[in-house]
Amino acid sequence: MSDIADRVKKIVVEHLGAEADKVTENASFIDDLGADSLDQVELVMAFEEEFGCEIPDDAAEKIQTVKDAIDFITQHQTK
Amino acid sequence: MRRVVVTGLGMVTPLASGVKPTWDRLIAGESGIGPITRFDAGAMGLSARIAGQVPIGNEQANAFNADLYMEPKEQRKVDDFIIYAVGAASQAWEDAGIEFRSEQEKERAGVLIGSGIGGLPGIEEAAITLKEKGPRRLSPFFIPGRLINLASGHVSIKYGLKGPNHAVVTACSTGAHAIGDAARLISLDDADVMLAGGTEAAISPLGIAGFAVMRALSTGFNDEPHRASRPWDKRRDGFVMGEGAGVVVLEEYEHAKKRGAKIYGEVKGYGLSGDAHHITAPADDGDGGFRSMRMALKRAGLNPDQIDYVNAHGTSTPLGDEIELGAVKRLFGDAAYKISMSSTKSSVGHLLGAAGAVEAIFCILAMRDQIAPPTLNLEDPSEGCDIDLVPNKAKPRKIDAILSNSFGFGGTNASLVLTRV
Repeated sequence: MSDIADRVKKIVVEHLGAEADKVTENASFIDDLGADSLDQVELVMAFEEEFGCEIPDDAAEKIQTVKDAIDFITQHQTK
Repeated sequence: MRRVVVTGLGMVTPLASGVKPTWDRLIAGESGIGPITRFDAGAMGLSARIAGQVPIGNEQANAFNADLYMEPKEQRKVDDFIIYAVGAASQAWEDAGIEFRSEQEKERAGVLIGSGIGGLPGIEEAAITLKEKGPRRLSPFFIPGRLINLASGHVSIKYGLKGPNHAVVTACSTGAHAIGDAARLISLDDADVMLAGGTEAAISPLGIAGFAVMRALSTGFNDEPHRASRPWDKRRDGFVMGEGAGVVVLEEYEHAKKRGAKIYGEVKGYGLSGDAHHITAPADDGDGGFRSMRMALKRAGLNPDQIDYVNAHGTSTPLGDEIELGAVKRLFGDAAYKISMSSTKSSVGHLLGAAGAVEAIFCILAMRDQIAPPTLNLEDPSEGCDIDLVPNKAKPRKIDAILSNSFGFGGTNASLVLTRV
């Protein structure tokens, strides 16, 4: 779990250029971390690549916070 | 008509990032041409293996440091032509020192930056991704990072410019058309201030291969890159691809005067024409270029004998250089023997869509410093090259009015007349 959380946070920091201490589990990509809708699409692609899972579009739309991402990946991860 | 003056300059070229270091090196007769280092052109079997690449990074003096102008996370989303444009526009904007005092002033300030090709390197990479990994692996920034008008878009966002937001795409005439068209927008009262220019970054395998297969690029000087761009010289064998951006701040004359701006010069005349002849080759008599020059002079209200310096399109191709020279001689008559004409592409290579804008800036500096930049490598001029082509060394002389030519594929021509104020 903590491994997944760390990897998710690392990706968020890299892609959004956000400061690491702001990337808390409850942080919203758009409201708290300065992402726009395209950034969010790219983030989801980066999660798919990193964890070897497919995130369908309707699921991707529901991933709004760091915790949403961690939860989804924990349930669907293959690597 | 409202008069339009130039109050800010910015450029990113193979010689340097920044107006002063580029100009100093240009006047010193230095070359920005070298072996292609972005990819292994030799291993790919390309016949052309040299280019004018912008020096990149923060170690080399006067190199282009993109971080100064754009957040790293934003750079990742766009092709280099946008980054160069934002760099050159930022330099020009700072140079002009305009500060908005109201929303209305922002609405009277616009951007018109074009590119000949746009995001070719990114398109090339995305096509490979699409083929190898499928459509779901394309970046959501693929489209907005490649579109040509996104150079203007990024610049407008950075500085809050809410006036006309436009882009020119006329191959190698782009930069000159952008400055001419933006000046028109100001003189027609659609704006008081315009950031205008051109940008290009197409030194990629596909970009080089595409021009090489047309036999347009120099291939005979791969071992002596700085000698490859040699307009009007008998041994010239094609152009050398360059990259970079040139952006100027154009401003309505009274607007500039009122705020005590430093005024570099005036956009006095602008001419445009079409060859209606061939997709890539000019007509033998250079009729299109002749008419665009004539129109620019007419607009400026100047006779040929009032022009001191001509910045030629002069790409170093076997066909184009002499045709342009012929058109200049036909238009200028006896006055052709009093002007100085040079091709700065001999130093920086051919910046395609950025060329006309970078060259307009060179012209403005030539007027400021009263010196004509040289045509490098002009060792053995072709027959008929009997006017002053400023061979190899910059030439101090009176320069009060200049004419700058840009001609592009598709038979599109643009000429600018710039004068001192």
